Amino acid sequence: MNKVYPDARMATADIPHGATLMLGGFGLCGIPENCISALVDSGVRDLTCISNNAGVDDFGIGLLLQRRQVRKMISSYVGENAEFERQLLSGELEVELIPQGTLATRCLATGYGMPAIYTPAGVGTEVAEGKEVRRFGDKDYLLEIAFQADFALVKAWKGDTHGNLIFRATSRNLNPLMAMGGNITIAEVEELLPAGSIDPNQIHTPGIYVHRIFQGSGYEKRIEQRTVRKRQDTNST
Amino acid sequence: MLDKHGIARRIARQLRDGYYVNLGIGIPTLVANYIPEGMQVVLQSENGLLGMGPFPWEGEEDPDLINAGKQTITTLPGSSFFDSALSFGMIRAGKVDLTVLGAMEVSDRGDIANWKIPGKMVKGMGGAMDLVASARNIIVAMQHTNKAGESKLLPECTLPLTGQSCVKQVVSELGFFDIDPRGFVLRERAPGVSVEEIVTKTAGRLVVEGEIPEMHLD
Repeated sequence: MNKVYPDARMATADIPHGATLMLGGFGLCGIPENCISALVDSGVRDLTCISNNAGVDDFGIGLLLQRRQVRKMISSYVGENAEFERQLLSGELEVELIPQGTLATRCLATGYGMPAIYTPAGVGTEVAEGKEVRRFGDKDYLLEIAFQADFALVKAWKGDTHGNLIFRATSRNLNPLMAMGGNITIAEVEELLPAGSIDPNQIHTPGIYVHRIFQGSGYEKRIEQRTVRKRQDTNST
Repeated sequence: MLDKHGIARRIARQLRDGYYVNLGIGIPTLVANYIPEGMQVVLQSENGLLGMGPFPWEGEEDPDLINAGKQTITTLPGSSFFDSALSFGMIRAGKVDLTVLGAMEVSDRGDIANWKIPGKMVKGMGGAMDLVASARNIIVAMQHTNKAGESKLLPECTLPLTGQSCVKQVVSELGFFDIDPRGFVLRERAPGVSVEEIVTKTAGRLVVEGEIPEMHLD
């Protein structure tokens, strides 16, 4: 078994034009920064990106949008990105907006080997248009189909050479779900350890779902909304 | 009339010890500031956290620890992290006791519109559709009228819906309302607001039964 790649460039080298990608992260938290940079450098285009958000103008998926590498976004919220808005209004970019829980669970279904889920999210709204509605008990549910993605790009805190992953705090978000959902899953980690270094009790994603893993570098971990409590100055009244 | 803090304070009076609560962005977030002393309420953030704490002290921000509004936050004793599917799983399964959301419009059948204005850039629904479709109890915190003075409590929403027949209660700057099959049922007037003003400013079906007490905020 050799899942370990030297870097993002090598791990993503065979992603072709027109590929469908899952990208982990919520906002800019827990995004696969190294993989996104490698895609920017490779110039691969016409991508369909399944990602909760679309980054900001100059970071995250925003970097791919700037270079017109994305054909379609499948997301739940895309509000922080002016370039996104421009491309959408000009018709250069296609977007499919879906509820966040539906997005997460359609990834989960793929990894669980289930073709679809029923969810009440979107019943009676435009999200329901063209979808099968089924009543269970006294409530209506929409049939939502599991995603198919050629590659999933995820970011973990720690990983081992077998591809086992541990995530940290809320940077977990959609990462383990997308890790389960990709035909080929590429994980970048802050710390790559030899197999046996991680307590099996602590593993969030078992390595069977992870095909390639590499030690990431240079993480910026940009904060979108820096909200703090000011320390009281003890010398003032 | 209530300001946004007053609306949040009145909603906080609906909290009970041991509640798991999801607070939306805007006025709902302020509810956290008015949790009664001695009451334990666990805040859920749908990106994957139970037990959301206050903003970090300056210099202690952790980019891996944010809430659903992408703000830096902290954990509390008893907090837990999980993935987004589990997060919406607990919402869908009805484990969250109370959801507080903002709205652009609410209908007298409990429909809610809060994600899209035709002709304006669409940002997306985020987790709002999941929350309104599944929450056991939804309180909406909203302005009673728009800038032109037109009612936002309507017989029928004019904007694209976020969810159908889901809102149970509304708190606006004018009053506290239950929604039942008869429509908006006025329960309390905001301080200094008359029943007549509420009648005038409510376009949806409004039920006024007997004397309507003035609201207490504490």
